[in-house]
Amino acid sequence: MGKVYSDATAALAGILKDGMTIMAGGFGLCGVAETLVDAIKESGVKNLTVISNNAGVDGIHLGKLLETRQIKKMISSYVGENKIFAQQYLAGELELEFTPQGTLSERIRAGGAGIPAFFTATGVGTVIAEGKEVREFPNSPRFAGRKYIMETGLWADVALVHAWKGDTEGNLVYRKTARNFNPMMATAATVTVAQVENLVQAGEIEPDQIHTPGIYVKRLLHVPNVIKRIENRTTRKRNS
Amino acid sequence: MAWTREEMAARAAKELKDGFYVNLGIGIPTLVSNYIPEGMTVALQSENGMMGMGPFPYEGEEDPDLINAGKQTVTELPITSYFSSADSFAMIRGGHIDLSILGAMQVAQNGDLANWMIPGKMVKGMGGAMDLVAGVKKVVVVMEHEAKGESKLLKQCNLPLTGAGVVDMVITDLGVFAIDRSGKAPMKLIELATGVTLDEIKAKTDAEYVVAL
Repeated sequence: MGKVYSDATAALAGILKDGMTIMAGGFGLCGVAETLVDAIKESGVKNLTVISNNAGVDGIHLGKLLETRQIKKMISSYVGENKIFAQQYLAGELELEFTPQGTLSERIRAGGAGIPAFFTATGVGTVIAEGKEVREFPNSPRFAGRKYIMETGLWADVALVHAWKGDTEGNLVYRKTARNFNPMMATAATVTVAQVENLVQAGEIEPDQIHTPGIYVKRLLHVPNVIKRIENRTTRKRNS
Repeated sequence: MAWTREEMAARAAKELKDGFYVNLGIGIPTLVSNYIPEGMTVALQSENGMMGMGPFPYEGEEDPDLINAGKQTVTELPITSYFSSADSFAMIRGGHIDLSILGAMQVAQNGDLANWMIPGKMVKGMGGAMDLVAGVKKVVVVMEHEAKGESKLLKQCNLPLTGAGVVDMVITDLGVFAIDRSGKAPMKLIELATGVTLDEIKAKTDAEYVVAL
């Protein structure tokens, strides 16, 4: 059974429904599956819960789904680049579950690895800890003397990830800091759809170099001419 | 007289040690990388999944796949490694990073830190700050001493906390304070910025401290 789909609409066919939970990989606009997110917009599916470190920027990536009000709730660590997000949230039109970035990445990793919950010192003594189980580990040489809060694993109906290279088996390789949340999200959904810049035949990627094994990836889309955006272009002069 | 942003960054750089793995926050902390002493090897971690961050690229060599946690284009070095966000925060949470230098809205004399939220006004999020202050071995805050004429160094924070009892040192434009996270010893004023007097610090500081110059 082939994993490669001809276009983004086909790659998402039959797996979208109102009220579903979607994970969207990327950090800022780096390593985002924007072609697939565009297809989510076109599908018109709504009341979405979206798990993503950021919420895109105005008019780009998840920013488009905010404009169309397809998102009901975001689970994120930082949404500071998005004015529409702030407007909708402050008006009470958008639910938001702030999760510290490390806790978010670990909640996703845990969900994918079949771990329902874990304990972390992150957020102890802050609003993040409210309503969460607190535990101490006095007999542990490593963990005694501090408080830890329980955080739960995350799971989505669909994960949308971006990779630099993929083969027809769904094995993925990421490039530089475009890796970020993509590997964990690929493991933590009922159906993971990957868009890849370079599509090759199985066997063409050195097995030792594979970041995400193909077992996690159900569907693949080749996006050879994807537009990559830079949020903050910072440079130095050649003579300095 | 007081320290400029550059001078605050230069002072923070004195907390670096050879061989350190360091995470720098956005703003003044980013400037610290300009003051790493000659001959000292310090690896900069970026929590979006990079160890060994290099300087900004030359014009025309920007790579959209190579950014830091502030979403700025950066470069790689011979020591660079890349990893996932989960691996990045395993490094942070697991206590493998030696030093975190970050900005703040408020710091309390017991080491409480607030730098992520103003209720009803600012909706941005904590990003990786809560993980960093909970996991990194030493936490140094670099911030202006006052905001709109109000002390940012307080008896108690009134903004939502990023972490409770997590700050070891505060460098402001007026001086340097050392904090005992265990709360057993009071906060100490250990250095004055150029041209700043004890009276000026006293007038501009809400927190209680002892002078230990």
